Amino acid sequence: MELFIAIFTGTIIAATPLIFAALGELVVEKSGVLNLGIEGMMLMGAALAFWAVTAGCSMPVAIVAGALAGAAASLLFGVLALTFLTNQYAAGLALAIFGSGVSAFLGRGFGSVPIEALHRVDIPILSDLPLIGPLLFRFDPLVYLALLMFVAISWFLYRTKAGLILRTIGESPQTSHAIGYPVIRIRYMAVLFGGLMAGLAGAYLSVAYTPLWVENMTAGKGWIALALVVFATWRPLRVLLGAWLFGGMTILQLQGQALGLQVPSELLSALPYLATIVVLLLISRNRQMLALHFPASLAKPFRPAG
Amino acid sequence: MRFRIEQRPEPSAAMRIAAPVLASILTLIVGSLFFASLGHDPLPTLYAFFVEPLSSMNGLSEWLLKASPLILIACGLAIGFRANVWNIGAEGQFTMGAIAASGIGLFWPNPDSALLLPLMFLAGMAAGMAWAAIPAFLRARMNTNEILVTLMMTYIATLFLSYLVHGPWRDPAGFNYPQTALLPTGALFESFDPAYRLNPSIFITVIAVLVMWLFTDRSFLGYKMSVSGAAPLAARYAGFRESAAVWIGLLAGGAAAGVAGMAEAAGPLGQLSPQISPGYGFAAIIVAFIGRLNAFGIVLGGLLMSLLFLGGEGVQMTLALPSALTRIFQGILLFFLLAADFFIFYRIRVVRPARDAHVLETARVAGD
Repeated sequence: MELFIAIFTGTIIAATPLIFAALGELVVEKSGVLNLGIEGMMLMGAALAFWAVTAGCSMPVAIVAGALAGAAASLLFGVLALTFLTNQYAAGLALAIFGSGVSAFLGRGFGSVPIEALHRVDIPILSDLPLIGPLLFRFDPLVYLALLMFVAISWFLYRTKAGLILRTIGESPQTSHAIGYPVIRIRYMAVLFGGLMAGLAGAYLSVAYTPLWVENMTAGKGWIALALVVFATWRPLRVLLGAWLFGGMTILQLQGQALGLQVPSELLSALPYLATIVVLLLISRNRQMLALHFPASLAKPFRPAG
Repeated sequence: MRFRIEQRPEPSAAMRIAAPVLASILTLIVGSLFFASLGHDPLPTLYAFFVEPLSSMNGLSEWLLKASPLILIACGLAIGFRANVWNIGAEGQFTMGAIAASGIGLFWPNPDSALLLPLMFLAGMAAGMAWAAIPAFLRARMNTNEILVTLMMTYIATLFLSYLVHGPWRDPAGFNYPQTALLPTGALFESFDPAYRLNPSIFITVIAVLVMWLFTDRSFLGYKMSVSGAAPLAARYAGFRESAAVWIGLLAGGAAAGVAGMAEAAGPLGQLSPQISPGYGFAAIIVAFIGRLNAFGIVLGGLLMSLLFLGGEGVQMTLALPSALTRIFQGILLFFLLAADFFIFYRIRVVRPARDAHVLETARVAGD
């Protein structure tokens, strides 16, 4: 039972940064923009949030600082991709490299400073329930925020007019522009939102999950989040399920190391990357399903005529 | 007075050449501001970053030594990029090339064989191609996104290298350091001059640049690849299969990166350890773009990028600035370059105030 609880809660926690980052990217891609720089934005968020904590800021301030760092980084991408119409692949890659450099630079001072992790919430009565309490009601607030974001984004995309406009822009910016929607401005907002979420994901890693700062600590989680969006065929619920799947993979890998499985630790560490390839492979074979939810204008530069 | 952005009637040839220069100058300016904000006098710091490394024989040797893998990999990658095939996992293909070549070098029964280096060359190339063949197969047959697969394969390659040097390939006489034994002399490129590290493997890069130029500018297949990237539908009507472009693009990048890994192992490294690349595979992507996906542009881009690596190391030692600066400069350079490219196709026009425009309009109507 203990082990089950540990695996279950560990999965939910490990999935949280992926949920933030992948849901943010989902909104960006739904608007027809592909930002490959999640890894860079996450690292910026992680470094800034950690720095804020060591500088004596309160936890909420630090987390907001991390999210804003991600948004600021995404603005660089936005200017290039939306105003200067550059190749979005290249602009995203530049952001990934730049973010890793800037975060390493910012983080050079706080190598092994220990910080106190984000506290979990204690809900009266609920947290003390047998079984249900430890399973569901003893997480830190960001875990709940991630789930809340899932509900909010699903509702926004499919139940509001603004969400419909965003998706229309992702399908056909030309048509949307002709109708009179400010395509570029809405895409900027989507990109900024994606940056905010990636920054939040990074902040979660450095002040709640680990909690410490290591250069390039995201270790590919930003790229896995990108893969999750494809795996989810651009649908929020599947992003959530996919994130839990990967969270579970991470936890099984850690548990496997703890149990002393007779396999090289590198093989266990490679599992999430192998799993990413396998799920991409499975999902990509079904072209029809991909095409159904794929934002038709994804990664295509758009400039209103005139 | 207002500014308006408008499309040029034709792409500007002058801007095409000026853009990388402009981007480099802007990067220098931002770099100076950055150094100034850190409390370092910008001019001496820039001097230490960009000039000092080239002011000695050893510096020049290191400059070319580092430029060589960057140019080699970028040439391979650019062939794919021209066809819109996004291999961003050259770092992994480089690692696999270095592993395979070192494996031959360490375990070949006759370490004095004259065939050793050629065998290592072939092994490195084959391993790089094999590592790239997996994403190529998945993209060509299963429609799987090659960006993500090549990147995941890079993480796996790095872990595989770590496993080898911590486990089966660890040097028993190496005081428990995670590294292999030194490669035998027969498995190493001999330096031109024992005082410096530059070695004949740079000729491989020279040949690769020429081959790349012949392929992209003088061969029908290269032309078809470019059409496939610029106008996929047209290419399909002309009977050129997309999967061919995927295979050629990825295998070219894999081969180049694998050979670069081999040259690095048989050159400056001489053995394997967990960290064998300062990010050549990723930096080569930027080099390919700075070079406009063109063979000779890539040479210039590679020399510039190599200087960034050297300068980063230099100021790390002399001014105790972190080596992360190199990545920051790489990112900024690519940002500026991409932004400058905009002005190849667009220009900024000063627009007269609306009243004048109205007057002009009236005048024209009156003239009619």
